[in-house]
Amino acid sequence: MDLNKLTLHEIKNLISKKEVKVDEVVAACYGRIENIDDKIGSFLTLNKEDALRSAFDIQKKLDNGEKLGSLAGIPAGIKDNMCTEGLKTTCASKMLENFIPPYDATVVKKLKSQDAIIMGKMNMDEFAMGGSTENSYFKKTRNPWDLERVPGGSSGGSAASVAADEVIFSLGSDTGGSIRQPASFCGVVGLKPTYGAVSRYGLVAFASSLDQIGPLTKDVEDCAIVLNAITGYDKMDSTSANVKYPDYTASLVNDVKGLKIGIPKEFIGEGLNEDVKSAVLAAAKKLESLGAIIEEFSMPMNEYAIPAYYMIACAEASSNLARFDGIKYGYRASNYTDLLDLYKQSRSEGFGDEVKRRIMLGTYALSAGYYDAYYNKALKVRTLIMNEFDNAFAKYDCILGPTAPTTAYKLGEKSENPLEMYLGDIYTVCVNIAGLPGLVVPCGFDSKDLPIGMQLIGKAFGEGTLLRVGYTFEQNSDFSKRKPSI
Amino acid sequence: MNRILILVKESLAFRIERGDYKMNYEIVIGLEVHAELATKSKMYCSCSTEFGGDPNTHCCPICTGMPGVLPVLNEKVVKYAVKAGLATNCEIAHYSKQDRKNYFYPDLPKAFQTSQYDLPLCKGGYIDIETDGNTKRIGITRIHIEEDAGKLIHDEWGGDTMVDYNRCGVPLIEIVSEPDMRSAEEVRLYLEKLKAILEYTEVSDCKMQEGSLRADVNVSVRPFGQKEFGTRTEMKNLNSFKAIVRAVEAESKRQIEEIEDGGKIVQATRRWDDNKGYSYAMRSKEEANDYRYFPEPDIPPIILSDEYIEKLRLGLPELPHVREKRYVESFGLPEYDAAILTNSKYFANFFESTAAFGVSPKLISNWMMGDMSRLMKDKELEPDQIPFEPEKLSKLIALIEKGIISGSIAKKVFEKMFETGEDPEIIVKKEGLEVVSDEGALKETVKKVVEANPQSVADYKAGKAKSVGFLVGQAMKETKGKGNPQLLNKLIVEYLNK
Amino acid sequence: MKITKEAVENVAKLARLSLSEEVVERFTHELGDILTYVDKLSELDTENVKPTQHVLDIKNVFREDETSESYDREKILSNAPVSENGCFIVPKVVE
Repeated sequence: MDLNKLTLHEIKNLISKKEVKVDEVVAACYGRIENIDDKIGSFLTLNKEDALRSAFDIQKKLDNGEKLGSLAGIPAGIKDNMCTEGLKTTCASKMLENFIPPYDATVVKKLKSQDAIIMGKMNMDEFAMGGSTENSYFKKTRNPWDLERVPGGSSGGSAASVAADEVIFSLGSDTGGSIRQPASFCGVVGLKPTYGAVSRYGLVAFASSLDQIGPLTKDVEDCAIVLNAITGYDKMDSTSANVKYPDYTASLVNDVKGLKIGIPKEFIGEGLNEDVKSAVLAAAKKLESLGAIIEEFSMPMNEYAIPAYYMIACAEASSNLARFDGIKYGYRASNYTDLLDLYKQSRSEGFGDEVKRRIMLGTYALSAGYYDAYYNKALKVRTLIMNEFDNAFAKYDCILGPTAPTTAYKLGEKSENPLEMYLGDIYTVCVNIAGLPGLVVPCGFDSKDLPIGMQLIGKAFGEGTLLRVGYTFEQNSDFSKRKPSI
Repeated sequence: MNRILILVKESLAFRIERGDYKMNYEIVIGLEVHAELATKSKMYCSCSTEFGGDPNTHCCPICTGMPGVLPVLNEKVVKYAVKAGLATNCEIAHYSKQDRKNYFYPDLPKAFQTSQYDLPLCKGGYIDIETDGNTKRIGITRIHIEEDAGKLIHDEWGGDTMVDYNRCGVPLIEIVSEPDMRSAEEVRLYLEKLKAILEYTEVSDCKMQEGSLRADVNVSVRPFGQKEFGTRTEMKNLNSFKAIVRAVEAESKRQIEEIEDGGKIVQATRRWDDNKGYSYAMRSKEEANDYRYFPEPDIPPIILSDEYIEKLRLGLPELPHVREKRYVESFGLPEYDAAILTNSKYFANFFESTAAFGVSPKLISNWMMGDMSRLMKDKELEPDQIPFEPEKLSKLIALIEKGIISGSIAKKVFEKMFETGEDPEIIVKKEGLEVVSDEGALKETVKKVVEANPQSVADYKAGKAKSVGFLVGQAMKETKGKGNPQLLNKLIVEYLNK
Repeated sequence: MKITKEAVENVAKLARLSLSEEVVERFTHELGDILTYVDKLSELDTENVKPTQHVLDIKNVFREDETSESYDREKILSNAPVSENGCFIVPKVVE
């Protein structure tokens, strides 16, 4: 039995029944990693020594009958923009090539407190800016379903590693779709929680009002388990929501009778690949056959989501990335004449093109004379988008649609045209703008056998409903069970 | 012809020397004061705000701007800022927020300062100052909260600059005044009043020498009667009230002379060199800074209810101008004394504590305004550094009041108290400084002094009463100041009349 | 609204980026395209719309004024490219 191919809940079960040992699970995963990661490139840094030691310790505790965390012995991958104390955290950038954080991100602390095993740091687009993981300074990650294709981004390594059974689950981050789109491209389950549900402390900031950390898992049940571990109020994050967080596994109910699901016309219109459209509509039909009420409606504001998103995200990013100046940490140029030159050379040599482009865009949007037309305007459009969602949720329990306009494209295919790349975010950015939760569940394959994921959008703190719909769909189909042949 | 030319030249030179100008100018001054708030921990993290300490030992990932960190606002900062606003008659904002001020500088680890841009916590206040017997109101435009930056230490010999982030993240309030001041004297009075208010409300310890109180000065001039303001310059790096006054005087003079010479004032930031006594334009930054202010996304807004604000208002202590009035009314002190004593909370507290022991308030005031202030200045002591407790001053005054020591001896004892902090009664006993009123002992002295000064005796016999005074003086010298002057006078006269 | 080459250079200065002539050209083009697209936002009438700065309805998030131990200086300096005598080192700053 290939332990690494099991789901989280299956392994938990085996461990608790003492049918399997923690180090066996960890060894199976590292075996797989050593076998195929040179082909896939999910990992930037491996944490093998530490992981093996943790496995040993946790097994000992288990043998002693001690009570352990909800993720005890489960191998996890962590996107390389979350700080792990003592373990290199690069954000896939030359700028942080050798940065070793002296502290753990809150989510990392939480995973450790639940006894998860941190297997290593996952590849991503540099500073989370991108949709294909091709912007990584160090390496490209390849889609396990077709090694010539991208895994999506920016959490490409996180998604690919779960799809390829290198880890049992991963944490990714999502600012404009960076968990959901790779989940769709790689055929795994991905969730962007409600803004404020998961602490951002220790997540290297891209866009402060949009970033959220979330799980990438093999199925919806695993997603609920990880979500339980990572959500919660954190006093280190002033934007953390101080609400009561439920046990998300209670939402794993195979029943959608009477649930009202809306499909925005704009999400299934022009620009959407036919195979994707078919798969998503078929999924809707499936849910309808299970008792859900499906209805099409209009979200005209979505047309403005991408421009608003890029203004907000880039403006905040330009400020968040200004701290990378070659002085306190990170890359420092070797040739400079004075302080000004130090700044310019270090930043120009340390950052890749896409990062520079977004910093420029953001700086421009905030600069004197342009603030009102660009940044402030985008904040107003945000209000309009949020209002539109409010109206939608007055009628529907959740919104359904595609995650991306295509399935995984070939490496190099889109990297020449930045604007074209941005347009790929058409179905995901509105969710970040409004701070809502979004769940992606595999719902089909295209003619080339590439995965398609449908996106479910919920109201704020409505993860429960999303998990219920996702779980029901999963229980009545078998897309999640299919694995790449690698 | 030559004689006329010379006369004209001379009179011109004389005019310029005397500061005569082509027209009358009005000096317009505004101040931006930064005060470090007296919180225990920093603004956004729980590192200590303690002054000094080895470089980078009061730091954490948050105040050194490491990747991934987030700020959490210290509530005391809001409370202190509101208190400062209430004490300066400001309107307190019910809705206020923080904003990012973006620029690159090594002392700013995040490359932005979290401050307040368009919605400060306090605005529209004022401070009244007393100038030439008139009350003048200096407006306060706004008070906002922001974090302090680190320190740059310039290497004398090498080509490097060292950066210390201990001070980074220490909370500040910035108090911006209206350009209502018209002279260096008004600036000094405003600053003293502001400092006193901040001290009284315990919002800041206001130690300029430790940098917990800093001022930037904006100066411009315009011909009297002109409505528009002239171009202003800004001066930074002013580390003492004296430096500020000197800088204002020098800069206004410089601007006037520049205009008189037909030049124009360039808007610039100038650095004041207190040792040299002049300012110079700072190396111009390549372009005027565009700070790209935008609302801080990591910190939710600050919404204060009327109750919250009212609670803080009720917790305000007695403010300087109120205390001043009370000193006049309850202690019967002249306005002049009351003003000086209440200038510093510590000074005023010392006065009241001493008065509580029952000695004459006026005498306390005289000692504090006189010898105490003089010695403090000499020894460069601040009002919270008086080297003995109030009780000791009360004892000294009691000794004088009871006639145990003379006034001149008291002065010596006082100086000893400043050196050692010792109890005056102990000093007097140890050094045997009590007034000698023993007639027997004094008669000896009288005899000695009279016999040593035959001229004085002759003068006295000739009718010069003043010579008694001289002889008393000599006798005092002889007794090392311990003699009872009245008694000596009496005895000398008796002796001379014998 | 396209962006001029000069504006691109000014923005690069503000952002402390040193861009080659070639990159300036390319960025002028690319940013121009993106900004033209972003101009779409001006189609919307937002005269009476308030900007949303925070998606969550949170306010007054405070902490108590309590100190806790600072980090060891070594940890603070552990990633510094250049440090000496407990300080971060930069080229001489002339004020």
